[in-house]
Amino acid sequence: MNPVLFWIFASLMLVFGAMVVLLRNPVGSALSLVVSFLCLAALFVGLDAFFIGIIQVLVYAGAVMVLFLFIIMLLDLKTEQRRKLNLPAFLGGLAVVAAFVALLVRLLSGFEPGTVAASALGQRVDDVRGVGFALFNDFNLPLQVVGALVLVATVGVVVLSKHRLK
Amino acid sequence: MITLNHYLLAGGLLFATGFAGVLLRRNILVIFMCLEMMLGAANLSLVAFSRFGANAAVPDYNAQVLVFFIITVAAAEVAVGLAIIVALYRLRQTTHVEDINLLKF
Repeated sequence: MNPVLFWIFASLMLVFGAMVVLLRNPVGSALSLVVSFLCLAALFVGLDAFFIGIIQVLVYAGAVMVLFLFIIMLLDLKTEQRRKLNLPAFLGGLAVVAAFVALLVRLLSGFEPGTVAASALGQRVDDVRGVGFALFNDFNLPLQVVGALVLVATVGVVVLSKHRLK
Repeated sequence: MITLNHYLLAGGLLFATGFAGVLLRRNILVIFMCLEMMLGAANLSLVAFSRFGANAAVPDYNAQVLVFFIITVAAAEVAVGLAIIVALYRLRQTTHVEDINLLKF
């Protein structure tokens, strides 16, 4: 991937990811998350994972975020009122996140990618074919289990959405 | 030159952002969105590992199959989670997690 494109999309992804956390209006958070996911899909495409990038756009940025926005509109959420801050919990959360970032930087600074890094491919990538082949041969049973999971989730949503459980 | 470390750092920082949202925000919908962001960050690391694998000529598709499964399970999780949030809202008229403390001792 072109380094300039990587920096553009990675920084956009992180900025809009931060806006999800910082904005007080849930609609703004959801729209920022859509942009963040689109930049993530661009990074996937830059890693030659075209199929995953397209799924990311269709499923995440499309279906899932529309569902989120739909629920936000359905519940008619307003901008959060500013409440009294639970200071110990807030500081504790910040400390945990800071510790996580410090650990990440420490781990990655001792991690040498060396010559493993590959430049962008010049050849054709049979991406969908490779994923499909692995999916339907090596991972056939997990695929069917996931199918059952999606069915169970569908039934579960219908049951949860019923007004009164008998 | 963009190496594996850059992708891992970007993924890790996105994960940390989502983690901060889960810990610091009090709106249950925003917490749920931040969970999705953390899953996306994990996906970025997986795809980066698949691209920068031992055999650099062809990406390792096993990792991309894992990402496919993660996306599928995440979509199912979102559907169920949002149904639970709607049911909760019907019951308590709130999406603020500090108002939902029935299980707190």
